[in-house]
Amino acid sequence: MADTALVDPATGLTQAQLAARHGLRVAGERPSLTEYSRRLWAYRHFIAAYANAKLVASYSNAKLGQIWQVLTPLTNAAVYYLIFGVVLAQKEIPNFIAYLTTGLFIFNFTQSAVLAGTQSISSNLGLIRALHFPRASLPVAATLTQFQQLLASMVVLVGIVLVTGEPITLEWLLMVPALLLQAVFNAGVVMVVARMGSKSSDLKQLMPFIMRTWMYGSGVLYSVSLFNRLPEWAATLIQYNPMLVYIELARHALLEQTPLLNESLTQLWLVAAAWAMAAGIGGFVYFWRGEQEYGRG
Amino acid sequence: MVEHLETSNDATITLPRITDRIPTVVVDDAHVIYRVHKGAGGGTTPVAALRRLVKRTSAPNVQEVHAVKGVTFTAYRGEAIGLIGSNGSGKSTILRAIAGLLPVNRGAVYTQGQPSLLGVNAALLNDLSGERNVALGCLAMGMHPDDVARMTPEIIEFSGINERGDFASLPMRTYSSGMAARLRFSIAAAKKHDVLLIDEALATGDKGFRKRSEQRVRELREGAGTVFLVSHQLSSVRDTCERTIWLESGLIRMDGPTDDVIRAYEAFANKK
Repeated sequence: MADTALVDPATGLTQAQLAARHGLRVAGERPSLTEYSRRLWAYRHFIAAYANAKLVASYSNAKLGQIWQVLTPLTNAAVYYLIFGVVLAQKEIPNFIAYLTTGLFIFNFTQSAVLAGTQSISSNLGLIRALHFPRASLPVAATLTQFQQLLASMVVLVGIVLVTGEPITLEWLLMVPALLLQAVFNAGVVMVVARMGSKSSDLKQLMPFIMRTWMYGSGVLYSVSLFNRLPEWAATLIQYNPMLVYIELARHALLEQTPLLNESLTQLWLVAAAWAMAAGIGGFVYFWRGEQEYGRG
Repeated sequence: MVEHLETSNDATITLPRITDRIPTVVVDDAHVIYRVHKGAGGGTTPVAALRRLVKRTSAPNVQEVHAVKGVTFTAYRGEAIGLIGSNGSGKSTILRAIAGLLPVNRGAVYTQGQPSLLGVNAALLNDLSGERNVALGCLAMGMHPDDVARMTPEIIEFSGINERGDFASLPMRTYSSGMAARLRFSIAAAKKHDVLLIDEALATGDKGFRKRSEQRVRELREGAGTVFLVSHQLSSVRDTCERTIWLESGLIRMDGPTDDVIRAYEAFANKK
């Protein structure tokens, strides 16, 4: 804080004293963590409206419009089925289509949220520089947009699962907590990449490769039993891979006979909850610590 | 308005009133230094970039600009202050420092509440209709959804974008630059701000809109706010502000009643 000799002639106070007397705050100061959380909650209407607007805007130039929300995951599943189901003729897994699409849609939720999140600060500089709102609204909204996309994919997925002959069971209800845990995990990861992406645009170029590596390590396209051939430390690492955990939870809930890497279901839920907590809280705190830097430069 | 003129002329009369003058922005010997990328130039080969990464030195094409070199002033509630000066004199930089978007390297900037910076670059979502952008902008300023629904028609009416057909329901990318700027100003002006910083935003509209927006700035000021206006159009500074600060090369050249400052500035500009 500067201590200047300059004194207001009328009041006999220095600028700093004058500011303190009238309760002025230093411009651009970061609020406390609790105050920040409170403000973020107060902006929930904005977050919802923004997430919705992004969803609408992303299809506004397409002739088929919102139908792409369902068509995109369907086409995606068709392409991967062609390669891994037909060309490479996967025989090991019963009901491979359902196995593949479950993994694909669950992974895609995280993948598109992270890719959108990397740019959630850098592509909204105009908004950030013009208006003051808790910046965490943007990565949270990016996650929410992808969550809405996921719900459309889930309609497709339920259709595929039913058509391929899986019965409707009570276990399907486990999808709800599983997806919610994954959403919290995603929000945390998105906040981390949003802060990192706000500083360097190099991350945007790198992210697709990171996500693809992550996908191969999550048993999306092939049977998870393949991982058992790995050395033990690597297999253990993959066992705790959060994406594998969320995918296994979904597969367990929807499919009757499916290979799982984690045998203990309790452990699966505990790991899923731990990842959601760690990423959610850690990501939020990490993002908050950079709050006053967004939009500068 | 009158109070301010009195303080600058006769301190004894205004002494009892000083308690009434509540400062909203206190700038204390602020220095702003920012780094700019000069763009492509020498030393931008991949090999040079890799060497910099290894040695952890900063890129050679980054230059430091000392844009504001020790500015001190106090703005009070109900004031409208014009900022004038040649290009590159630090007007916009000091606004961004007040808004908390640029850190001060030395000195300090204190503000009441959260100042809002209204620039012509304040883009919303261009793929969405004007109406949805209004709603989104209002929510982003922290308004309640009920208020937003009530205010939206008023804001669109004020911006005048519907004067030639139903533009409010068209995506913003179809707007002319003047229309988009008018809508952005209308959104930002819909809320009461403690401190509103306007950067050349009034220059974009046509004559009718400029009249309305000047009126709006007066209302905002009467609603106990402080308004800063950066403009190269001296007429709009003269119409809206009674106090003007003249910046030149990052320093305050003059601070006082608009008429005096503008007269001195015009003499300076003509001499150049």
